[in-house]
Amino acid sequence: MHRTLTAFTLAFTLAGAGQASAQALQAAAALQGTFVDLSGTWANRLHEDFLERAPGPQIGDYSGLPINDEARAVADAYQVSMQNMPERQCILYTTQYIVMGPQNLRIQQELDPISGAVVAYHMSGTVDRAVHDVFMDGRPHPSPNAPHSAGGFSTGKWEGRLLTVTTTHLKSGLVWRNGVPHSDQATMVEHYARHDNMLTVTMILTDPVYWEEPFIRSATFEIDANTRVLPEPCEPQVEIPRSPGEVPHYLPGANPYLAEFPKLYNLPAEAARGGAKTTYPEYGKALRSTYKAPDKCTVNCCAGTTLAMMNNAQAMCRADDAPATPPAATPPANPPTTTPPARRE
Amino acid sequence: MQTLGRVLRAGAVLGMAAVMFSTVAAQGRGGAAPQTPAAPAAPAPPPTGKAGAPVDLTGTWVSVITEDWRWRMVTPPKGDYASLPINMDAKKAADTWDPAKDEAAGEACKGYGAPGLMRQPTRLRITWQDDNTMKVEADAGTQTRLLHFGDWKAPGGAGTLQGDTTASWETGARGRGGAPAPPPMFGNLKTVTKNLKPGYLRKNGVPYSDKATLTEYWDLLRQPNGEQWIVITTVVEDPTYLARTWITSLNFKKEANGSKWDPSPCTAR
Repeated sequence: MHRTLTAFTLAFTLAGAGQASAQALQAAAALQGTFVDLSGTWANRLHEDFLERAPGPQIGDYSGLPINDEARAVADAYQVSMQNMPERQCILYTTQYIVMGPQNLRIQQELDPISGAVVAYHMSGTVDRAVHDVFMDGRPHPSPNAPHSAGGFSTGKWEGRLLTVTTTHLKSGLVWRNGVPHSDQATMVEHYARHDNMLTVTMILTDPVYWEEPFIRSATFEIDANTRVLPEPCEPQVEIPRSPGEVPHYLPGANPYLAEFPKLYNLPAEAARGGAKTTYPEYGKALRSTYKAPDKCTVNCCAGTTLAMMNNAQAMCRADDAPATPPAATPPANPPTTTPPARRE
Repeated sequence: MQTLGRVLRAGAVLGMAAVMFSTVAAQGRGGAAPQTPAAPAAPAPPPTGKAGAPVDLTGTWVSVITEDWRWRMVTPPKGDYASLPINMDAKKAADTWDPAKDEAAGEACKGYGAPGLMRQPTRLRITWQDDNTMKVEADAGTQTRLLHFGDWKAPGGAGTLQGDTTASWETGARGRGGAPAPPPMFGNLKTVTKNLKPGYLRKNGVPYSDKATLTEYWDLLRQPNGEQWIVITTVVEDPTYLARTWITSLNFKKEANGSKWDPSPCTAR
């Protein structure tokens, strides 16, 4: 307690007296964060990135992702049914999935019993997302040779009213559920900014193996004590009998579904393949001279604000648009040709 | 260690006392009456928006479209409302979208009003127009937003594409134990925009009305590699067309200079 007060007083004094040194600024920055409470249950809002985070991106849709050819090769070979192999069903998404997935978020702070200072934040895992522990006590990151995990190793510091978290030691994982990967060399910087009852989490992922440029994503949550955070344990079971050693995949150049996404939206094939240059305004300007939007939206057109509401919203649109008696659909004999059902959220 | 702690504490308390004394004395408030009465000093005016800025948002910033690419980089097809919490009135209005009609009516900029503009692929040039007015120019659609600090009052009148925006710094700074707040070294910008002319949240005709309010929180993020980003948490409320508030966050990266600034007119398609 005394230590905290002393640090506060010292920082305040130096800064207030106009004698701010770098050290005093740092101390003042850290102390401002003590006024921000991140703890609670935060409800995800799917008001952006809806397709990637809720129903799941379409096969071959890498739009807006600054990935390189290596990443494309991995994603092109990916078959989502790989995920229902019993040995893969319970592999966790890495912590970047806080801003990439549809789930809610629960943040708990661990306090020093004597000083009351926050020594760690524990950000909930879910059925398929790793727990995110953020150490605030100044401990160093472990040796580069230390084991990697889905949660990685994270340390945080307050910069004013922003919590900045640095994560290393991640295992490789999926960024998008259509197979876009990050490697175990990826590092992540997150910024947590609370504004009233909203929490904006910005994630910047840097990966020398699969990404041409740092990948930025941000997601905003609203505090909601009544929202659900799904902690159900994962229980693997055989969903599709397979021969031992069989791993669903496509060989290079053999994925037959890659052309469907750009065709559906009248996009040039190159645009769907991502890459850093496709994320800047000049790319859009160049595209506009040849692009013509399809006449009407046909897939995933309707509003969705939470995962639970998504299906209702889709139903609302269908009820409004569809004929009274929709024609009976013939179940496809092969894997679906547009948005495949995502097994995992 | 105990001794050092005591020394530090004593020094800090003394220092704080000195600062508090000087602050109080400068403001002419509280404490014992001075020996020689003098006219009370006028309270110091609040700092201007520019002087009180805890962070520097000026410069050229580029929107990096890594989110909602298909809805932002190109105009999506008619009837694509995914992720927008609209009501049935909005859906009906969007279903009548006709870009040719907008062009003919001179309304090609309906997707470039403040709520739609910030989602465009664009560069922003942020400068101080004067001590209490921050100017945000967008090269997409050649639009200008003015963010007014202080006690600025909107002139009233008909709504405009960029509306009337009031701005304030949120520093969260507060004193402890009655002490004055430390100087704002950290914080974010909050802006509230009203009096908007009806426009589009999404370029494919998903509407907002003249009753819409746009609230934005501008956070400056500094990266270990020296990059700087502005992330704008954006809240749109519209009792006419939204079933609930629409919340998004937009990411802009700082550029070294304005060499890629490329103004272009509004397009309806």
